[in-house]
Amino acid sequence: MTDYDAVIIGAGHNGLVCASYLAKAGKKVLVVDGRSEPGGCASTREFTPGFRVSDCAQWLSQFDQSIIKDLDLKGAGLTTGKAKATISLQADGNHLILEGDSITGAGVDSADQAAYRDFKNMVRRFAKLMTTLYRSRPPKLVEQNWTDRLTLIKLGIGLKLLGREYLRDLMRIVMINIYDVMNEHFSNAALKSAIALDAVTGTNMGPRSPNTVFSYLHRATGEHLGQSGTTQVMGGMGALGRSLAAAAERQGVTVQLGSAVSAIVKTEDRVTGVSLTSGETISATLVISSADPTTTFRDLLGYDQMEAGMAKRVEHYRSRSGTAKLHLALSALPTFNGLSASQLSERLVITPSMDGMETALNPMKYRELSELHTFDISIASVEDPSLAPSGQHVLTAIVHYVPYAPDIGWDAGKPKLLNHLLSQLEAYAPGIGALVTASELVVPSELEASHGMTGGNWHHGELSIDQALMMRPFPGSTQYATAVEGLYLCGAGAHPGGGLQGLPGRNAAKEILRRGVLS
Amino acid sequence: MSDFNREARLLTTPFHSRVAAMCDLNDWGNWMGYTTPNAYFDVELEYFSVRSTTGVFDLSPMNKYRVTGPDAERYLNRLITRDVTKIGVNRVGYAIWCDDNGQVIDDGTIFRLGEEDYRICSYQRADDWLAWNTLGFDVSIENESDAVAGLAVQGPTSCTVLTLLGCTDLNQLKPFGIAHYTFEGRPLMVSRTGFTGDLGYEVWVPPESAEALWDQLFELGRDYLIKPIGSHALELARIEAGFLQAKVDFMPAEEIVRVGRSRSPFELGLSWLVDFSKPLFNGRAALLKEQANGSRYRFAMLDVEGNKPAEHSFILKGDKQVGTVTSAAWCPTAKANIAYAQIEMPHGAVGDELVAEIYYQRELHWTRLLAPCKVIDAPIFKSPKRWQTPAPPH
Repeated sequence: MTDYDAVIIGAGHNGLVCASYLAKAGKKVLVVDGRSEPGGCASTREFTPGFRVSDCAQWLSQFDQSIIKDLDLKGAGLTTGKAKATISLQADGNHLILEGDSITGAGVDSADQAAYRDFKNMVRRFAKLMTTLYRSRPPKLVEQNWTDRLTLIKLGIGLKLLGREYLRDLMRIVMINIYDVMNEHFSNAALKSAIALDAVTGTNMGPRSPNTVFSYLHRATGEHLGQSGTTQVMGGMGALGRSLAAAAERQGVTVQLGSAVSAIVKTEDRVTGVSLTSGETISATLVISSADPTTTFRDLLGYDQMEAGMAKRVEHYRSRSGTAKLHLALSALPTFNGLSASQLSERLVITPSMDGMETALNPMKYRELSELHTFDISIASVEDPSLAPSGQHVLTAIVHYVPYAPDIGWDAGKPKLLNHLLSQLEAYAPGIGALVTASELVVPSELEASHGMTGGNWHHGELSIDQALMMRPFPGSTQYATAVEGLYLCGAGAHPGGGLQGLPGRNAAKEILRRGVLS
Repeated sequence: MSDFNREARLLTTPFHSRVAAMCDLNDWGNWMGYTTPNAYFDVELEYFSVRSTTGVFDLSPMNKYRVTGPDAERYLNRLITRDVTKIGVNRVGYAIWCDDNGQVIDDGTIFRLGEEDYRICSYQRADDWLAWNTLGFDVSIENESDAVAGLAVQGPTSCTVLTLLGCTDLNQLKPFGIAHYTFEGRPLMVSRTGFTGDLGYEVWVPPESAEALWDQLFELGRDYLIKPIGSHALELARIEAGFLQAKVDFMPAEEIVRVGRSRSPFELGLSWLVDFSKPLFNGRAALLKEQANGSRYRFAMLDVEGNKPAEHSFILKGDKQVGTVTSAAWCPTAKANIAYAQIEMPHGAVGDELVAEIYYQRELHWTRLLAPCKVIDAPIFKSPKRWQTPAPPH
């Protein structure tokens, strides 16, 4: 007899979602995680006394609403804020405001406004098609069975319904880069780079990298997953983690925090459980990992426990990130040129031109500090004062174009980069530096250590077509099962991967139940 | 001659000066990038030296990899399909290795030289695959192909000749055993292995010893009718003895471009080399699946009527084409017309009666022959000397 039907590695959002669906179906499930709080990347941390930040993910824009409903996360305490506009800050204070399908400011003309509506319309159609694929297990192209055929038929009908023009456009742009697509559609430079930002953040890419159209479309699926734009979670992202843990426990899941898995245990030719750093071993019929594929296979299972071709695939799996987090404690609400105090609750972005973004990629590639960065800023305490002492504020920014390991080392590099980032902010918010009472820069290698994500990549592996859909994370380990008997994946490294979605966890649970491997 | 591409120039083995001196026919071939003789003086006579006296074959172009380190045994056990722990120190094992799809990459011999010290002798270059296999293992791989020269010394008088060379008590060496000697101050290793199915040895020396070894062997072996043999004669001997040849009887899985052209161990009649009691080896999961669901092909050894070798023949069952021949020869000692074929399942079981569609030409005149053939269960040539210890005197 095993201790559990399934032990799930990682109490991140996908691990907890998977656990809840399995427990709902009557399975005995244990979730273990080395962190002391549930949620994984949906986490809140007091980084300096009195100031709490969402220290990994800061926006909720792609979470599948059906999961929120199925698991009654609202009843478990999840509250989200209002849908936010995106304001792309301009040096002259004439900011670009993107809200729904409308854009204003930064000198955008009516031609660009019309083009933006057309572009959004096109993206919406493509993203809808992707959502069809995202909500089911990825179909295999060979060795099909009826489940896969049905998905492919739905996809085929969806493609047909796009109409000739859109289908041609999809085929044409999906493999190219966001830089070329932006130049095809728009003339306004601020608009182009504001959109391009969404294609590169969280990746290891620049706007001219192939696959950036795909990563942009991936983000755009949020709208079809029932999410009305970008929102913040009240109480910080950790509240999402806590609500997921509460929902899971309500279904009968045991959530064991502060228990890091040291190894996946293989007995003879199948996985039979996990061992913890405490020395304890837990047996289970299935081990389901929400850790990223590299951590799961290389670090926890071990290359010597799988066939060599698979080890080679894991070794080739790309999981790098050029994205860091900047956390600031502010003694008062800062002033941004051209923004009202109420606008400070919106999503604020700062981007160089697309060429500037591409130029910034080069030093990053060669392990140097870039001169230019993109900022994706949340002053969460404006909408949620509970995050900072009264009258004071927290600012978090997702900063892109930060190397994983600069040649000068992070001891020397970090103060330099922090100063440079603050001076870039100062240009848009004069005086903000004087308000900073505490600051923290979390570089990709620190995100890797704190949240267990190889390379600091918060998609658990680069979002590119060669690592997506029926090839996520790699051939031979798709549809949530792996080439190793008894070991499944349910994290962002599995289809449809990437971002705070919950779909990998939900799809994995459904697939495991469908296969009947736990009955 | 500026167009000459030096990279394309064939290499020579450490024995080349001696080989060239004895290659009366001057008939050369390209074996894995090396200049090697197809025949020295007469293919049939060379072949009969292996069966009746001693034949010497230069096998230096074989690839040799040294595998050392604390995880050497575990590493090899994951690499190959058989259980490497059953190969003792100073023993050799024939082995195949597969990719994750259970398709054969190559076959070769594993020499266990010490507790944590092995040599893989393979037909194909394997640097890349062996290197990928090191992930997760504390093991080091060294390509020592150029550091080890080798001769196959095969035939009934081979033990006597090598004993005269200084290989004391060689007759006590069991099949697949290894013995170590010194030759002119340098190490000389003998393994009782070979590709001919008879009593025979393989002799391994540093390249510096190569020419002296050749000279002394032929000097001492003169009275025992030692002869050099080329690749054509060896081909006859190995077909007669039932050995498969990579790139002839199967395509190495890593070289396959077209889907479905590689073969599994089961499809090559090598299931005896697959040990499922090992919990992990490359290809295990796929091979278990194949075992449950059935194979696509079957390896069949055919006894073909008549004396026309069924080279490249189609194999028919009634009117239906069910297979193709990969190797074929009229085998002089067994006096049998043998062919190896890949037969589509479910055909080709032992005893199955098939037809080989043979085409042959005499003075530009082509003849089509439909030769009945029968699937046999083992090579017709069986020499008891191959397995006898002490090695029988001639």
